[in-house]
Amino acid sequence: MEFNNNIPIYVQVIHDIKKDMVNGVLALGEKLPSGRELALKYKINPNTASRIYKEMETEEICYTKRGLGTYVTEDMSKLKSIREEMAGSLLDNFIEGMEQLGFTKEELIQLLEYKYETK
Amino acid sequence: MILQCNDLVKKYLNKTAVNGISLDIEKGRIYALLGPNGSGKTTLMKIAAGLVKPSSGTITYKGNPIGVESKKRVAYMSTEPFFYNYMTVQDAGKYYQDFFEDFDAKRYEELIDRMELGMKDKAKTLSSGLAAKLKIAATLARKAELYMLDEPLNGIDIIAREKIITTILEVAREDATILISSHLVDELEKIIDNAVFIKNGSVALNGDAEDLRVGRGKSIVEIYKEIYA
Repeated sequence: MEFNNNIPIYVQVIHDIKKDMVNGVLALGEKLPSGRELALKYKINPNTASRIYKEMETEEICYTKRGLGTYVTEDMSKLKSIREEMAGSLLDNFIEGMEQLGFTKEELIQLLEYKYETK
Repeated sequence: MILQCNDLVKKYLNKTAVNGISLDIEKGRIYALLGPNGSGKTTLMKIAAGLVKPSSGTITYKGNPIGVESKKRVAYMSTEPFFYNYMTVQDAGKYYQDFFEDFDAKRYEELIDRMELGMKDKAKTLSSGLAAKLKIAATLARKAELYMLDEPLNGIDIIAREKIITTILEVAREDATILISSHLVDELEKIIDNAVFIKNGSVALNGDAEDLRVGRGKSIVEIYKEIYA
């Protein structure tokens, strides 16, 4: 994975894991790699890896079974809200960028429709 | 605290290499020692490895002076080649095994394989990149408490850099401490806990990498440019 050096690494990895959950690459209730495995997978600092799981637990995206490891949440509604949240922030960025280019809402919608028709 | 430096100074005849460094290295963390060539990184590591005596100031390893005991626990990789020309890769392993009781021969074999070296290769005939990989394999095959790697990524291609980064992360057990000197900041950015910026023999900035990034709203690479530009 290519990292952007201006965004905290744990934030970027959490984003990537969330994407895997939304895409179904990671199933509900699936076991996640251990902290050490996560560090090796993303080539990141092991302390950052454990922080990632801590943050995700606080967000209730995953949970730890003592002595067994960390698992993806089994809560379908949680997954849905992650998906909406991710879509929301993509949309915010998109709209902000387009507004900076001077596009109005109507123009934007037209442009989107045109884009989909010619895709 | 695994390594504690207090106002360390190292003067050579007409040059001050280390000019009053005070630095605490905590157990279980990965440190980057950053700075351009000639800033004092190597001298500092050599003092910690017990190869150079400081002119003044103190340095302790787990509260004791640097010496025979600390050398058993510290794996230091210098920038110079440290195997004899007549040696094969296999000989280099045996040589290390004789020297260090924490050397893991099986792990060495594994790392030699990963670095795409052959046990029968002669140290003399290795290209500079392969020789660098040999040093890394030998150093990281030890089960040390503190690893000090001086410019481990220098002269190594991008693919091999990835392998070295992976190996460093494998070594980073909870109780292992790692100190990496480099001017290749970008490669280290995502694997370090702490960044120590050395400038003209002194510590210009030292802190938790994530705190530095968040506090200054800049990447370590950008902070580096700011300090040394």
